[in-house]
Amino acid sequence: MPRPMTITEKILARACRREEVSAGEFVSARLDLALANDITAPLAIEEFEAAGIGKVWDPDRIALVCDHFVPNKDIKSAQQALRVRRCAERHGIGGFFDVGRMGIEHVILPEKGLVGPGDVVIGADSHTCTYGALGAFATGVGSTDLAAGMATGEVWLRVPETMRFQYHGLPGRFVTGKDLVLYTIGRIGVDGALYRAMEFTGEAIAAMPMSGRFTMCNMAIEAGAKNGIVEPDEVTMEYVHDRFRREPVLFSSDREADCVETVEIDAAAVEPQVARPHLPSNAVPAKELGNIEVDQVVIGSCTNGRLDDLRMAAEVLEGRKVSPRVRAIVIPGSQEVYRQAMAEGLLDVFVEAEAAVSTPTCGPCLGGHMGILAAGERCVSTTNRNFVGRMGHPESEVYLAGPYVAAATAVTGHVSVPEEVL
Amino acid sequence: MVFKGRAHKFGRDVDTDVIIPARYLNTTDAQELAAHCMEDIDPGFVKRVQPGDIIVAGENFGCGSSREQAPVAIKGAGVACVVAASFARIFYRNAINIGLPILVCAGVAAETGNGDVIEVNLDEGLVRNETRDKSYQADRFPEFMQELVAAGGLMNHVKQRMGLK
Repeated sequence: MPRPMTITEKILARACRREEVSAGEFVSARLDLALANDITAPLAIEEFEAAGIGKVWDPDRIALVCDHFVPNKDIKSAQQALRVRRCAERHGIGGFFDVGRMGIEHVILPEKGLVGPGDVVIGADSHTCTYGALGAFATGVGSTDLAAGMATGEVWLRVPETMRFQYHGLPGRFVTGKDLVLYTIGRIGVDGALYRAMEFTGEAIAAMPMSGRFTMCNMAIEAGAKNGIVEPDEVTMEYVHDRFRREPVLFSSDREADCVETVEIDAAAVEPQVARPHLPSNAVPAKELGNIEVDQVVIGSCTNGRLDDLRMAAEVLEGRKVSPRVRAIVIPGSQEVYRQAMAEGLLDVFVEAEAAVSTPTCGPCLGGHMGILAAGERCVSTTNRNFVGRMGHPESEVYLAGPYVAAATAVTGHVSVPEEVL
Repeated sequence: MVFKGRAHKFGRDVDTDVIIPARYLNTTDAQELAAHCMEDIDPGFVKRVQPGDIIVAGENFGCGSSREQAPVAIKGAGVACVVAASFARIFYRNAINIGLPILVCAGVAAETGNGDVIEVNLDEGLVRNETRDKSYQADRFPEFMQELVAAGGLMNHVKQRMGLK
């Protein structure tokens, strides 16, 4: 019998073909998927080609998603996207997604069933940790690590210590996964889980739909974590049932497994949160920021660009208008989300409310395009980072929130809780 | 390896968005990236920095985005080494992978001023502030990381393992 292990350790042990691994040791793990985007793939491709390796390890286990600066925002980005496309063609990459067929990487890969429970995934994108919501080990790396993964199908890792977050009780009516994770990062700080696994568990997580779990695991990196993870359950299985192309491998943490720290959170007491500039850990209850007027609202991204997120926004915006002082931009996270939002009439709600609806793109989240802020402008955004200059001018400001708060803010023109408009 | 240069001091949680803003990520050219290094946190940095200078910073240096262009920009700007109280994990990997020397050393940032002359002995993990006559011992790299550095970076390590040159 191996010693008691956490779900993260169990997944890594399997990927190392070993009975057990323990936190702190260095291992080489087999990959189930390696991912890059139009910003990180070009450097990875350069490294890969410079090493003279020739063939990728497995073209069906590599995903290249053009999502950051597409539809191409300028000539240089067009050149970069072209390099990614050429690489995909040359190597016959199975998971290549481009304009018209694409989605934001962390929305589309689970949707298309390229990642699933028990997987080990690396991605040259820090929010790769999103897939932990499926009960996978997934972590962000840089381009060179990705190039090595493309070549060998393996990644070296230090097995992370696990920090367990236990959410007691059920969150209130307008309290989402985003609010819980902002509150959590506010408690522990932007390096509060540095190098660790954040394991999200408890009653509030069990009751949470996949969309909220994706949001929470997505933000694990904002606390410095290596991965975020939720044990797979019926909610997970229902999601992967018609999607995941391989056999799910289900693990859960042993009760006696080592955790370096357990953080207990009363989910029922958490209020809708907003993280003030310029760190995601600057979380406060949204109701305390009613005096903050905003110029733009963004609803979308790998954090909150799923159908449920758009439904929440539409619930608030239906029959209302975006404040004349606000530019509201709604970005469905994938073509599938876009189409379903259309079928449900959500896009009508947004357009009727005088919000702009965009094709899927990371665009404004990282200050790429489709909603750049001028000096002194403020945005409430459902994205993941509010660093200096993140969405444009270094003197602009980003306030992070969930879809309910973002939509309510769009209506009033100042930071608002949904109760203020509903 | 021993480096000696002037210190550029930064606080804690220096994120990769300020090291190299995403608006410049439409290129992989190291010199183009270097021209915008630290632009949003210290617009004068690129003009002041001299080849061989050393960045001294607090906790969680390089947090945020996984963009490898961040250490590439720092290295391209001529910075010889980054000494920080701690590094965000992706930046740490990236720096080692691209051959930007880094050291984890608590206490240095708090006691260093901009422009202080710093000497770093990478092999022994020693950091010395000559201006203030203070010495510090950095954390040792784990054995596996030392192997990577000795192999000349991750891709060389991979090539060796795959039996390529």
